[in-house]
Amino acid sequence: MKKRSGFLKVISALALLLIGVFFGSILFKPKKVETVPIPSTMNYWKVGASTDTSATDRSKQFTGNIIKVEDGGSIREAVLKAQPGDLIRVYPGTYSETVYIDKDNISIQGVIEEGKWPVMDGKKELNDAILYSGNGITVENMKIIKYKGNGIMGQAGNNFIIRNNWIIDTGVYGIFPQYGKNGIVSHNILTEIEDAAIYVGMCDNVDVKHNEVFGNVAGIEIENSRHCLVESNYAHNNTGGILAFLTPGLPIKTVFDVIIRNNFVIGNNHENFGAPGSIVAGIPPGTGVLIMAADDVIVENNIIANNDNAGITIVDLPTGAPTANDPNSEPNPDRVVLLDNFMFENGNNPVGEIKALMLSQLRSKGPDILAMGGGTGSTIRDKNRYRTFGIDHYGPAEITDTKHITTFTFDTPVAPRSVSKQELGELTYYGVCAGCHAFDTRLIGVPTNIIQAVYEGNPQGIVDYINKPWNLREDYPDMPSQAYLPDDAKMAVAEYILSMKR
Amino acid sequence: MNKKGIILKGVVFVFFTAALWWLLGSSARMESSYYEVPRLNCDCPPGFKLNENNECIAQNLYMAYTTNNDPGVGGLKTALPEIRDGFSPQQIDLGRYLFFDPVLSKDGTISCATCHDPKKGFSDGLAASIGMNGHELTRSAPSLWNVGYLKLLFWDGRAKSLEEQMKGPLFSEEEMANTPENLLKTLNGIKNYRMLFAEAFPGREKDNEITLDEIYKAITAFEASLISLNSKYDRYAHGYPQALNEKEIEGLNVFRSFVARCAECHTPPLFTNQQIAVIGSPEPDGKPLDPGAEVPYNDTTMRGGFKVPSLRNIEKTAPYMHSGNFATLRETVQFYTDGRGHAVPENETLRVHWHIWEPELTGYELDRLVDFLKTLTDESFIPEEPASLPSGLSNTNHNS
Repeated sequence: MKKRSGFLKVISALALLLIGVFFGSILFKPKKVETVPIPSTMNYWKVGASTDTSATDRSKQFTGNIIKVEDGGSIREAVLKAQPGDLIRVYPGTYSETVYIDKDNISIQGVIEEGKWPVMDGKKELNDAILYSGNGITVENMKIIKYKGNGIMGQAGNNFIIRNNWIIDTGVYGIFPQYGKNGIVSHNILTEIEDAAIYVGMCDNVDVKHNEVFGNVAGIEIENSRHCLVESNYAHNNTGGILAFLTPGLPIKTVFDVIIRNNFVIGNNHENFGAPGSIVAGIPPGTGVLIMAADDVIVENNIIANNDNAGITIVDLPTGAPTANDPNSEPNPDRVVLLDNFMFENGNNPVGEIKALMLSQLRSKGPDILAMGGGTGSTIRDKNRYRTFGIDHYGPAEITDTKHITTFTFDTPVAPRSVSKQELGELTYYGVCAGCHAFDTRLIGVPTNIIQAVYEGNPQGIVDYINKPWNLREDYPDMPSQAYLPDDAKMAVAEYILSMKR
Repeated sequence: MNKKGIILKGVVFVFFTAALWWLLGSSARMESSYYEVPRLNCDCPPGFKLNENNECIAQNLYMAYTTNNDPGVGGLKTALPEIRDGFSPQQIDLGRYLFFDPVLSKDGTISCATCHDPKKGFSDGLAASIGMNGHELTRSAPSLWNVGYLKLLFWDGRAKSLEEQMKGPLFSEEEMANTPENLLKTLNGIKNYRMLFAEAFPGREKDNEITLDEIYKAITAFEASLISLNSKYDRYAHGYPQALNEKEIEGLNVFRSFVARCAECHTPPLFTNQQIAVIGSPEPDGKPLDPGAEVPYNDTTMRGGFKVPSLRNIEKTAPYMHSGNFATLRETVQFYTDGRGHAVPENETLRVHWHIWEPELTGYELDRLVDFLKTLTDESFIPEEPASLPSGLSNTNHNS
């Protein structure tokens, strides 16, 4: 009995302990905190940083809805549901899909929980992770891996913000805004990209800041673009670190007004693994900064070190890209300005053309700064600081710094061209309706003046009809629905039809 | 005033009235002989608005978009490049008659529409077009849809304007085989055309001879009026996602991905960036390599280079490429995935454009690309073929 009660006591004590632990764990368990939704318009990212690139960012007012996407869900479907102004928050998980954004003002924002990122995984089967054509697109806090084409590609979207993404092995380009104006690419980390990790192509007014690019063929490339600021980036162990290129054969024929400033361009000696035939496949390993046929490029206050071929290379098109020609592309780099840069240990192991060139000068090391081919008006602030080749004709620089330029982005977003209601109605009438309707003669549909008579003072009646036509006249064919027209265009064209004189 | 004065004034009045009546009567008699063809249309063709100067001005929804960059180079809501417009409705309509009239050729057998048949997407369905006396030409006939937006014409880009372009076929021995002198003689000898030109070019004396510039201008006016911007794709681009089905959207995403890279050269909204590109597309068996743009530009780096064609209405214009070597769109997209330079003859080293690589697209993706290309079909503004021609000739001389 005694023995039993002792046993019971032990059991009860254990049970009590377990119950205590159980309730204790419930009572004192740290509360699961829902991540506070952060509209992408908040300036949280700018804490402690300079505010100079946030103008575009700040100017957005968040008025939309927040759409949550969790592991197992689809970002693409969220985008299809989203209205302009909405924020799509993507929670940690793996998303294997191509997301396309063909509407304006959509933000995709990854939510990082306990260091876990939302991952877009292309599994080397999918082409691109994110394709956007809309204006005002933001993509941030996403980890994007293993796509075949690009991580994030834009076509003609303005006012874009691409920041704080982690992009690994996404094929040709990591971040590739094309034909866009006024954008920010900042605080991204990119590696294993077989062309340019960050490729600003045929754009205007873009800031590329605070990114780390390594292990790519090209780190950052500004190509056929104007007014671009490449600042405070860390480009290391790429084949070429930071590039300003005019590539021939493209519809946009100029690159000028590029500032490459305050970057670390270190040890860009990676073997070139570019696709055969690509322009970057010709970049020699050991290339720090490369300027090809670009005009008005300012290189200022960078640390350019340990690039085995040359620190800064400046070439014309026949030298840099002899495989292509374009009678409409001016092939020379003109008015390059080299301000103070900290350059050391460049050219330790020159290859190919530069090696041969240096041997002809009885030198075994490549230079800090090398210029080959044509170009006029280039200047340098203090030639004696560097080992140089081919810049004897560079005069002294007329400026000492670029500090008056804090950003190339605009204070306010680039506005979409606003056409008046009257204009929109007119464009719609002549661009769409006129195939079947003439003012006072019969084409396929009834003459417009008859429509006027039927719907006098009733534009909504016309809108209803073009949304869902019904046959009014036996001697005319059925009209196909024009419901696809944007709502504002439908009302505008209805009012325009009623106002037409002839 | 005396009686004599009054009588004299009366006589003069009667005389002038009679003279006026006689003059009017004679012009009416002239008109009766001219009425074999209708008077020229005084309304603009669809897609154009008539302004107060009697000019037709292009109007479409792409004009609502901003032009931050050079227009016409990529993206959905992007402005188009500048179009050739501002012609009068009469000039456009006269151009329509000329376009379909075989009287423009040396022997009255070939019209512009022989190789640019509206029923075949303004091409002719042939790999290589047929010219005078059955002569087989070297390249396929390009479509004329949206040609008013183009700054570079012919496959090898040798012409910079429609006026310059049309002189090629008009006066080429192998094509329409005419001469400027003979063309003027022929048209001036046709009373209907004398009347129509006077109507389309009212600034000059009515009896003046028709000039070459007037002929070029009228045909240019008509060609530049061929607008195709209301396809399913356009509806999608203007913000109606339901315009394309799931497969077509997949195709759009393959098209603009940087794996396939189609949209890099075939940039929306015209679906051409108007550049010369060397892509190394093959010639039919037994034919030598066509040097393309190398010849007019006298530049060996352009050997085998051709103008990037617009893809508007591409579904209608088989067979494809400058040589018409591919019968279907599926074969054409297959060419791009078969690898960079795979069809370049062994003895040639072409400088193939860097956009051409080895995209390794799957069969499924190629099918979707074809689905998407078909969404670019729109012939809603197709012009009416004239029922009868001012020359009295028949306009049924189409190729194939």
